[in-house]
Amino acid sequence: MAEWLSMGGYAVYVWSSFGLTAVVLAGGVIASVMGMRQQRTALRRLREFGDDA
Amino acid sequence: MWTWFHRLSSPPTFYRWGGALQWVFGIPAVVLIAIGTYGGLVLAPADYQQGDAFRIIYVHVPSAWMSLFVYTSMAVAGAIALIWRMKLAEVYVGAAAGLGAAFTALALVTGMLWGEPMWGTYWVWDARLTSELLLLFLYLGVIALDGAYVDARRGARAASVLAVVGVINVPIIHYSVEWWNSLHQGPTVTKFDSPSITGDMLWPLLVMALGFMCYFASLVCLRMRTRLLDRERSARWVADAIGAGHG
Repeated sequence: MAEWLSMGGYAVYVWSSFGLTAVVLAGGVIASVMGMRQQRTALRRLREFGDDA
Repeated sequence: MWTWFHRLSSPPTFYRWGGALQWVFGIPAVVLIAIGTYGGLVLAPADYQQGDAFRIIYVHVPSAWMSLFVYTSMAVAGAIALIWRMKLAEVYVGAAAGLGAAFTALALVTGMLWGEPMWGTYWVWDARLTSELLLLFLYLGVIALDGAYVDARRGARAASVLAVVGVINVPIIHYSVEWWNSLHQGPTVTKFDSPSITGDMLWPLLVMALGFMCYFASLVCLRMRTRLLDRERSARWVADAIGAGHG
């Protein structure tokens, strides 16, 4: 297990690459989902209080 | 036949179908990326020259392929938007740009992390790396233009022009390693020949590439639907859609 984690000595490069990829891919999902939620909330508010946008 | 196409490209129709497509692509994306990651990190044998460092290929190459594919698709959509004024095409350009930029940045950074141990340097100003960096700037330009105008349609059209004009960079990136002396290695998969990489190393790469593609397809649907709600805000179908409970 420790041998696998060390990636033949290249651990910092390999795990940084995969870690960064995971963060970016997850971040994309989070950003997109939040974007939709914000859009729907904004539109609901407009309808409630009158459309002067 | 054109009425079918016309109906398909209507915003409320896409809003409905896109909501389902998010899951049709999203679930396979998770599965494929999980399998590809396991295959790449555990199952694939180590390279006789690069050892385990070569495993970076499983995130670097799919990201790079996506950076090129997404930009090309943006250029096609941009051309359709400019020629036929198709709303969905305009919306696609803005929705795809952020994802494409992320893939490009990921390709560049993972490439740097691969280059340092293998080449002894994080960066060289050779044709491949420089043109990929230029691609990132083009993406940022598309994003900036798309958001620069109060009228979303004007922004989308400006972004479409940049997307179309910039697409010349894509074949330059691809052929850069053949046309110029480059530190970056030549193509092993995307060439008119059988792949020069062994099968047990290749399959996780293809699975990851497919996974990334599904990931992009899923999120671009969500992002397009978000933009459609904004652009069509005064339409009746939007009122129904946001009152419906779930997106």
